[in-house]
Amino acid sequence: MQKQLRKYFAFFALPTLLAFAISFVVPFVLGIYLSFTTFTTVTNASWVGLGNYSRVFSDPDFLRALWFTVKFTIVSVITINVLAFLFALLLTRGIRGTNVFRTIFFMPNLIGGIVLGYIWQLILNGILFNFDATLTVKPVYGFWGLVILMNWQMIGYMMVIYIAGLQNVPKDLIEAASIDGASRLQTLLNVTMPLVMPSITICLFLTLSNSFKLFDQNLALTAGAPSKRTTMLALDIYNTFYGKSGWEGVGQAKAVIFFIIVALIVLVQLLITRRREVES
Amino acid sequence: MIDEKRLVTRMLRKQITILLSFILTVMLVLVGCAQANSDKKDETQGGGDTAGGATEIYFLNFKPEIAEVYNEIAKDYEAETGVKVKVVTAASGTYETTLRSEIAKANAPTIFQINGPIGYQTWKDYTRDLKDTELYRSLSDPGLAVTDGEGVFGIPYVVEGYGIIYNNEIMERYFALDNRAVQDISSMDEVNNFAKLKAVVEDMTAHLDELGIKGVFASTSLAAGEQWRWQTHLANMPMYYEFLEDNPEQSTVLTALAADEIDFRHSDHFKNIFDLYLNNSITRSTLLGSKSVADSMAEFALGQVAMVQNGNWAWSQINEVEGNVVKAEDIRFLPIYIGVEGEENQGLAIGTENYFAINKKVSEEKQQASIKFLEWLFSSDKGKDYVVNKLGFIAPFNTFNEDEQPTDPLAREIVNWLDKDVHSVEWTFAAFPSEEFKNQFGNALLEYAQGNFDWEQVTSTVKEAWASEKAK
Repeated sequence: MQKQLRKYFAFFALPTLLAFAISFVVPFVLGIYLSFTTFTTVTNASWVGLGNYSRVFSDPDFLRALWFTVKFTIVSVITINVLAFLFALLLTRGIRGTNVFRTIFFMPNLIGGIVLGYIWQLILNGILFNFDATLTVKPVYGFWGLVILMNWQMIGYMMVIYIAGLQNVPKDLIEAASIDGASRLQTLLNVTMPLVMPSITICLFLTLSNSFKLFDQNLALTAGAPSKRTTMLALDIYNTFYGKSGWEGVGQAKAVIFFIIVALIVLVQLLITRRREVES
Repeated sequence: MIDEKRLVTRMLRKQITILLSFILTVMLVLVGCAQANSDKKDETQGGGDTAGGATEIYFLNFKPEIAEVYNEIAKDYEAETGVKVKVVTAASGTYETTLRSEIAKANAPTIFQINGPIGYQTWKDYTRDLKDTELYRSLSDPGLAVTDGEGVFGIPYVVEGYGIIYNNEIMERYFALDNRAVQDISSMDEVNNFAKLKAVVEDMTAHLDELGIKGVFASTSLAAGEQWRWQTHLANMPMYYEFLEDNPEQSTVLTALAADEIDFRHSDHFKNIFDLYLNNSITRSTLLGSKSVADSMAEFALGQVAMVQNGNWAWSQINEVEGNVVKAEDIRFLPIYIGVEGEENQGLAIGTENYFAINKKVSEEKQQASIKFLEWLFSSDKGKDYVVNKLGFIAPFNTFNEDEQPTDPLAREIVNWLDKDVHSVEWTFAAFPSEEFKNQFGNALLEYAQGNFDWEQVTSTVKEAWASEKAK
């Protein structure tokens, strides 16, 4: 059997490998190559070396978008995870209708980002209308609009992951803790939390990378208005690539830098949270 | 021993079954694809003989509002000549994006569109020289084409105009009021400068209820992607006068292309008209960030406002609004007056930003077939009928005679204004440095409308954006 598996390994792995190469490896390598060139379409590039990268860092739009993205990510990662964890705690209590609530909270996650963006634009503009304002009046409105939107969309998903984690916490450990005289808060912090650390790792990873890479919702909700002050990194890259002729290579360079930033942040986060995971 | 042997054969048989079924599936898929391919081949081969080689051309259409008509034309053309015309329409505001990805494909567009000299700069590696084509020779004014040195790289195919569209029925209602403050003007024909326009508009705002309207001007749409009426069309007015003063001898487009910096010295005139739009609008200024062009046109079509700034292409939009109450014969154009000296002689802003270009990177046969298609469209009786009656183009070719002009009210108004003794405003915005410049302009206008910027900041933003976008 082993021998045969080895024999046919290439045959069975090939389709997936091909798909992976075509849809990921090739575009990725091509993308990195293009960031060192100037081009109008991807087929007529000419080499310019590091020129694009120096233009990225002299572009105030990029730095502003980076700062806005960092602020947004910090706020939304905290709010999403705290709220999702609270909901998860609430819905593992065995209240009546738990399953119905779980389903309802999870549902927003099934709607696409663009649609959500427009729906929330209508809702938020409808509310702000009473104060003679719209989302574009101040960047603050756009910022909190995005935070609310992301929370609404992601909490359900994270909650499901936390619920799975909480359900795996052995009852006897909780019992032992209460016999030892631990308060509810102490039990939560010192028994439950360390045991659901794997869930926290995965939830942090998902929220962190999704918030940082946010594009659809940003495009649909504010499109950067007013004056690009609510533009996040992904949208800025898109605008650079398509909105400024002659800047395609710079857009590509921004994308490569963006990739490195996201990869670094996520790796560091994984390292830190992994270390805190314990065996139950 | 026997057991083991049986086991092995059974396993083998199982594997063979799996392998066979896998191969079968693959074959099915392949056959399916081949079938589809050969279908296509049959279709195109039929016409191959008549077209001298090229069997399929690909037209990337810029105007979504008339996409349907192009499909009809393609069908007719194929029936007549056997050449298949593949028409793909880019969604509104995504033409550059679509073109960029389409043109890199193996089956690239053979006919595409550039928006003037600036667009040509982006696409000059792809545009074919059209100097020796019948299409270029039949232009009624060869100066309209996009040229570079000796070569001709873009052929304009439609002349358009914009101004302030007004509903004459409401205006007549206003001029019939006894208690109006402006007694020295008795019809719209007398409104021929900014001062008069302002007087009429502001007095109308004072009589909204009597006129049965909710505002004089439709919403100044400033949502993202909906700002082109201001950062491109309205912005054209001060820029046109600035570059005309800089060099009255040549086209303002050429002067603007050569300008690395601008004074924006008609900034205050721009503010005049922009303030007039904002202060007499149906919508409060702080809410404009959520309004789209479609909203504005609907307000006009429903008779809630008397005026809206837009071009003749907006007719279909007005006409299609459900519950449209504006009669075709009541729709008129007024030039955009901004308070510049001598503007009594100013007409509508007339020009084009639609130029056909032929992709020189596709095969010679396809290029020839593409040119033939365009020549057919703009010179054969059938093609011309489509252009005039279905596409509604005022075509700048001498193959069209006097009575072959579109009949919709706004196109007719443009022809009327061209006959008057006034000078049209050029489309200087063809030389605006980039999309980014326009967007920064639009952003500044939004900030101003919402009260975050004062006018000084708008002016400096525009000047800086021009300089920085030119510098790169």
